[in-house]
Amino acid sequence: MQNELVQYTLRLGDNALILGQRLTEWCGHGPILEQDIALSNMALDQLGQARMLLQYAAQLKGEGSTEDALAFFRQEGEFRNLLLLELENGDWGKTIARQFLFDTFNYFQYTALLQSEDETLRAIAQKAIKEVTYHAQWSAEWVIRLGDGTDESHKRIQEAVDSLWEWANEMFVADAVDELMLEKGIGVNLTEIHALWEEKVAQVLAMATLQMPAETWAQTGGKQGDHTESLGFLLAEMQSLPRTYPEAKW
Amino acid sequence: MKQYSEKEIWEMLVSVPDPEIPALSVLDLGIVREVVLTGEQTLIKITPTYSGCPAMKEIEENILKELQAQGIDNAVVETILSPPWTTDWMTEEGKEKLRKFGIAPPEGSSADKSVLFGEAKKVTCPYCQSRNTQMVSQFGSTACKSLYKCEDCLEPFDYFKCL
Repeated sequence: MQNELVQYTLRLGDNALILGQRLTEWCGHGPILEQDIALSNMALDQLGQARMLLQYAAQLKGEGSTEDALAFFRQEGEFRNLLLLELENGDWGKTIARQFLFDTFNYFQYTALLQSEDETLRAIAQKAIKEVTYHAQWSAEWVIRLGDGTDESHKRIQEAVDSLWEWANEMFVADAVDELMLEKGIGVNLTEIHALWEEKVAQVLAMATLQMPAETWAQTGGKQGDHTESLGFLLAEMQSLPRTYPEAKW
Repeated sequence: MKQYSEKEIWEMLVSVPDPEIPALSVLDLGIVREVVLTGEQTLIKITPTYSGCPAMKEIEENILKELQAQGIDNAVVETILSPPWTTDWMTEEGKEKLRKFGIAPPEGSSADKSVLFGEAKKVTCPYCQSRNTQMVSQFGSTACKSLYKCEDCLEPFDYFKCL
């Protein structure tokens, strides 16, 4: 049970950390200043959430583990984030589509975690839900703006949503860890969240004059540590400083 | 070491500024939640505004520095998450200081964020008091602020958003 709770917390924490790291790549490269700042703000929120979650995971693990050790000294195979979040940013449309698909999921996930039997996860959810609500609104508005925008923006956001669909499906594939956490009242019910997510996504895509992609298979593995080649490059950059100078102090 | 009362400790914290908005003290923002004196320890419980707030470490250090300057060397700062911080905890005095600093203070309760492209909240310009203002971006110079502009005096300004 303790081991499953560590895994569950790591998944939440790694999702926040890896998406946060991907979003920071936009800093200084956004299409306009205000949106560049918006993404940097969201990256900061994600990193903040990652810190709270990894601190908790480290505490649960014990044996002197720390949030920094978890973030900077684990190998690819030890990360538990969704594959969707480690994929390269691509163009603005792909970044927005990924953000929208995940934010909508994250919004329902943290709403459900407000009722978690685990006191710390509940406290983190209370904090995170306020931030994630702003994110979900922002990314949904951008999907509509791009979908209902020019021919080019419509085409690109539709392609992005289509290409990310099979990756997004991983969010709803429950494994033994998810099932045990649900049974204990700690984790969320992914089947229920899938239904809420689909309804919201369909509503926003309709407003954006976009097509809902056809049902397809799910790319899986991230939650168990089997990642795409993209994660290694991301970690190489993120971890290079603490690995080169392990004793470095800020 | 001189023994201080809880009230005296709270009074000392008035002079600890927020690193990002130095016009405000940590008390104005409502970041300090509790002071617990056990005799052996002076425990200060603080809570972050946003989970990624980069100022938390500095706030912690500034609190310890201030208390040490008053001769308190057994102070410990603990970060708590629950209940989560809300803009409702900002004092009236704090809101007035924000306005003078050029930042519009949070107004009312949080806008309904489930409404996409909903009418952005009308905010009073901190420079000319006009209500004829417009939101430029939900996300501003820090995680806790939105960017607005005033249609009358044409000044851009930050709005401390509701949380």
